[in-house]
Amino acid sequence: MTTLASKEETSKEEVAHDSHHPDYRMFGLAAFLIADGMTFAGFFAAYLTYKAVNPLLPDAIYELELPLPTLNTILLLVSSATFHRAGTALKKDDSKKCQRWLLITASLGLAFLASQMFEYFTLPFGLTDNLYASTFYALTGFHGLHVTLGAIMIFIVWWQARSPDGRVTSKNQFPLEAAELYWHFVDGIWVILFIILYLL
Amino acid sequence: MTISIPPTSQQSTESLQPKGWLRYFSFSLDHKVIGLQYLVCGFIFYLIGGALASAIRVELTSPISDFMARDVYNQVLTLHGTIMIFLWIVPVVNGAFGNYLIPFYVGARDMAFPRLNAVAFWLIPPAGLLLISSYFITGAAQSGWTAYPPLSITTAEAGQIIWILSVLLLGGSSIFGGINFIATILKLRRPGLKLMQLPMYCWAMLGTSVLVVLSTPVLAGTLVLLSFDIVAHTGFFNPVLGGNVIVYQHLFWFYSHPAVYIMVLPAFGLVSEILPVHCRKPLFGYPTMVYSIMAIVVLGLVVWAHHMFTSGTPPWMRLFFTIATAFIAVPTGIKFFNWVATLWGGRISLNSAILFSCGFIVNFVLGGITGVALAQVPFDVHVHDTYFVVAHFHYIVYGGSVFVIFASIYHWYPKFTGRMLDENLGRFHFLITFIGFNLCFAPQHWLGLNGMPRRVAEYDPQFTFINQLSSVGALLMAVSTLPFLWNVFHSAFKGRIAGDNPWEALTPEWLTSSPPPIENWVGEAPLVSEPYGYGMRKIKQKVDPTEEDLGGNSK
Repeated sequence: MTTLASKEETSKEEVAHDSHHPDYRMFGLAAFLIADGMTFAGFFAAYLTYKAVNPLLPDAIYELELPLPTLNTILLLVSSATFHRAGTALKKDDSKKCQRWLLITASLGLAFLASQMFEYFTLPFGLTDNLYASTFYALTGFHGLHVTLGAIMIFIVWWQARSPDGRVTSKNQFPLEAAELYWHFVDGIWVILFIILYLL
Repeated sequence: MTISIPPTSQQSTESLQPKGWLRYFSFSLDHKVIGLQYLVCGFIFYLIGGALASAIRVELTSPISDFMARDVYNQVLTLHGTIMIFLWIVPVVNGAFGNYLIPFYVGARDMAFPRLNAVAFWLIPPAGLLLISSYFITGAAQSGWTAYPPLSITTAEAGQIIWILSVLLLGGSSIFGGINFIATILKLRRPGLKLMQLPMYCWAMLGTSVLVVLSTPVLAGTLVLLSFDIVAHTGFFNPVLGGNVIVYQHLFWFYSHPAVYIMVLPAFGLVSEILPVHCRKPLFGYPTMVYSIMAIVVLGLVVWAHHMFTSGTPPWMRLFFTIATAFIAVPTGIKFFNWVATLWGGRISLNSAILFSCGFIVNFVLGGITGVALAQVPFDVHVHDTYFVVAHFHYIVYGGSVFVIFASIYHWYPKFTGRMLDENLGRFHFLITFIGFNLCFAPQHWLGLNGMPRRVAEYDPQFTFINQLSSVGALLMAVSTLPFLWNVFHSAFKGRIAGDNPWEALTPEWLTSSPPPIENWVGEAPLVSEPYGYGMRKIKQKVDPTEEDLGGNSK
């Protein structure tokens, strides 16, 4: 009973305090993504410093192959485009099309994760083998965590777009826009990671 | 505690949430409640951290470790540093006063994201309990608040992991708070209120929040890597496994140098609010104050390696970071002279708030001067890791931030509770705090210059007398908390009724009842375009009659 009352109150207060101003959630999300990006920046800085001053020990194995990560890069870039299509479809009030594009995006994300797992299992080194191996797994793992969260978000948005009470519609685009911004951010981070980790 | 609710919004605010003191224990979304939650919670941690500090000073009254075992001393030292920084000063100067004041200052009814705000606060008590509990469960971390590897990798593994978890939670809380402040200040301003009309504390919080958002995540990432080193035995920061401890130091100080500004910039803002009210003069040099805050934010991000002059940094790096650090003295000096100029010729009422503010100015200048000295490589190499650094640091964070927190409590207590604090007790509190603080930390400069290393339970017997002097000062500081606590509790029930605006201040938080209604104002938020317009009206009133007189003469 008390919980019910307090829940009701929360929603009332919500009305009272949030209704005074427009929606700034996207602004808040952008600020959060800047913070998130700084975490990656710290990791990249650490990796580049290691590369500059800590030579690979003579008996250590650290080799990366390019084909699979290149495929991963393409998967993520295409998924960014398909997410954008989902957004345009929603703006045109075409919920069916939007859901289809969302599913395609999520599958591309899952394909990326599967491909990443495959790479992990075929690499000739493990997490604790040497400094570069540790840094590689920490960086790609932290990014993979972001992709996983993003994929979950896409499924949630898809679910909400599918539900008949219409929580994601052309009138309420926030969940989709938020997930889209986050997804583009994760893709952008991957491109930087790909350049620094695989190409440099 | 009666709250007047404007009739228009009566329905939407009719509250089923706990009323009275109970709401301070609830997941309240009201920024004023959250602000006081931060303040009281922070003060409880201050008492714990202060007790630990007293234990440290008791141990240091004799050159041998007789009061505590050495490893207990290390744990107490680590807990003291971590609690004071992450659970007292950062949450209070940012979270407490920021949450309470910023919505008033921008003319809003609440923060931009009230729920995120409540989450940010409720991360703090569990994190603090987690940190303190580690002492009783596994033994707390022993590597100081800096957690430098390889020390942090090789000592007290479980305690160190709990420390990392706790700091990650507090960092998350800090980032959520920072995002909220940026959104509130930039987006939630009342129509017609320009940025350059905002009270100075808004600018300080904007700058601080930018630092929080940019630098805290780097610490979080670093601590995750450190926990990998401890749990999974990776070698990021472990030289034995090919890692690099200097990388940890760089990443750590990339957060922890800005952290000093996160602790002290809001204090700058609060002092800029308090001084004009109590000396009845406009804040001197408002635009330069704003620009110097922004300059400190930018420079604060590029000076971190001055903590690492003895870590084998290359000469070009030493040169760059020395110059960058010395440059920070310029905007800080501008702010200092502006405060002095604000006081100059004002009608100063020597109450507790202004005494603590002036105490801040004096202490902060001393700490600032030793700071510039420490930025010079030859001097720094001499006193690195000695009590000179301890003295400098405490002059900044205690003499600076904590003095301002006390000044702010004396200034805003009538707003929080509707009652006045006892001024005589407050002046007495200031007197023993100021004497105790300087007695405690001024001798430590001498100790450091003569080579007493910090963070060690034992020392050379020649330093005994000065250490005992310092401990007497610490005792005075501990005692000084008692009249304050009595004052706060007693005045909450028996204090003189304050009225809405006891200081006759012009900033927006005073233009409503004390304590304020849940919607902050009855009706529209007032547009305050001149928050420091003291004395201006009087000048106009004086001018007008003389003109009339002149007119009369000509007739």
